[in-house]
Amino acid sequence: MYSERVMDHFMNPRNIGEIRDADGVGSFGNPVDGDLVKIYIKVEDGRLVDVKFKAFGCVAAIATGSMVTEMAKGRTIDEALKITRRDVAESLGGLPPNKMECSNLAADALHKAIEEYLRRSR
Amino acid sequence: MKTIYLDHAATTPIDPRVLSAILPYYESKFGNASSLHWAGREAKEALEKARETVASVLNADRKEIVFTSGGTESDNLAIKGVAYALKGKGRHLITSAIEHPAVLESFKALQEEGFKVSYIPVGRDGIVDVGRLEEEVRPDTILISVMHANNEVGTIQPIEEIGEIAERNGVCLHTDAVQTMGKLPIDVEKLKVSLLSISAHKIYGPKGVGALYVKDGVKIRPILHGGGHEGALRSGTENVPGIVGLSFAAETAVREMDETVRKMRSLRDQLIKGILEQVPGSSLTGHPVKRLPNNAHFCFPGVEGESLILTLNEEGIAASTGSACSSKKKEPSHVLLAMGLDPITAKGSLRLTLGRWNSEPEIDYTVDAVAKAVEKLRRISPITH
Repeated sequence: MYSERVMDHFMNPRNIGEIRDADGVGSFGNPVDGDLVKIYIKVEDGRLVDVKFKAFGCVAAIATGSMVTEMAKGRTIDEALKITRRDVAESLGGLPPNKMECSNLAADALHKAIEEYLRRSR
Repeated sequence: MKTIYLDHAATTPIDPRVLSAILPYYESKFGNASSLHWAGREAKEALEKARETVASVLNADRKEIVFTSGGTESDNLAIKGVAYALKGKGRHLITSAIEHPAVLESFKALQEEGFKVSYIPVGRDGIVDVGRLEEEVRPDTILISVMHANNEVGTIQPIEEIGEIAERNGVCLHTDAVQTMGKLPIDVEKLKVSLLSISAHKIYGPKGVGALYVKDGVKIRPILHGGGHEGALRSGTENVPGIVGLSFAAETAVREMDETVRKMRSLRDQLIKGILEQVPGSSLTGHPVKRLPNNAHFCFPGVEGESLILTLNEEGIAASTGSACSSKKKEPSHVLLAMGLDPITAKGSLRLTLGRWNSEPEIDYTVDAVAKAVEKLRRISPITH
């Protein structure tokens, strides 16, 4: 059902945890009838120097959380904002059709974290 | 990788003795039981012998056994068959909120045809509110269907008590006993049921075969039409090898029940004790005592079912969850919600169901693996518990 890449990110998730003095935090999803992904970012000179995540949900939610942190780390704000839901799913070697919704959570949570950072830094 | 199978409520491996009993009916005794020649007669003989055996283990008469394709068909035939046959008398039906989808979806289909259905709630322990059920019985009630034991949390339902209510009110009672054969005594007279469903693959028999007990005199209409097999109640060439397997498996399950139950109960208690002690914040779901001897069901707040199942799978453990994560809407199990669990706790559920061949070392390994898996997933989880 899941690709090897998905299972690798699920079993060995990268960048788990919280950033205490995060510059932006974004969460997306609803644990009651779905999954929840929370992303923390640290920004220096317009670049994401650290990205961490936490997730409550299925394999896809955890794997996409892990993947999106890998994809966003080291990128500029503009580049990170361009990471789409599709990019995350593709980087994982695809997700089952009924799990595509889960891949939305991680990218959307990242965008919300960046939006919070931008709001704060205005 | 070491593998441990703890999902016997989903299906059981076939018993080698059952397999041996079946094979001749694929190889040399392959006749169609409706044929008049020697091959047909051989098949017919096996079919009727199997019917006699199944009737005997249920304390029924051979004429009261209808062979089907499994539990789902037995449930559908019982519920729709009685509803269609008795709709002139009334159109009110009663069931519980925690039934298997084979039952709930049958009732839903009947509701779409204008039947009225009362869904009886359960308590926190998963036991049907019998007082409420009795209150719901009306002059136009024609059928009650309550499972013998729940497939998710293993809670045993008070069928005898419900049978008395049904009898007093002249209403048919159906019970889905798919999970209970070989684990609880099944006597259709004692249970006071009019209809009872069983399935072979839950008792170390083959998949794709089951039976429905239909008490003599109960009005029921077929839902499959054709050549009039099975007393015109279930048309279709009989699955003779499967039926032989069902009868052999049922007879063995009942004959060896005491010994099997003793062993499973001991392993189940070891499993429950181990997990509750080693996994902080864990809880046992369902009734602590009135539960199947092979069922241990837990909730672990802060983790989600599918992730837990696949983490355990990586350790070689086959388990199950009540979380419906594969469906589009990721709602938790209807059973756990009906028991009053909050949705987030219900999503972190784990069902471990034991079988004849599990061992103590397997239980120790599982307890350890569950503790590690829950700890790992909680580290990832943003939900504190």
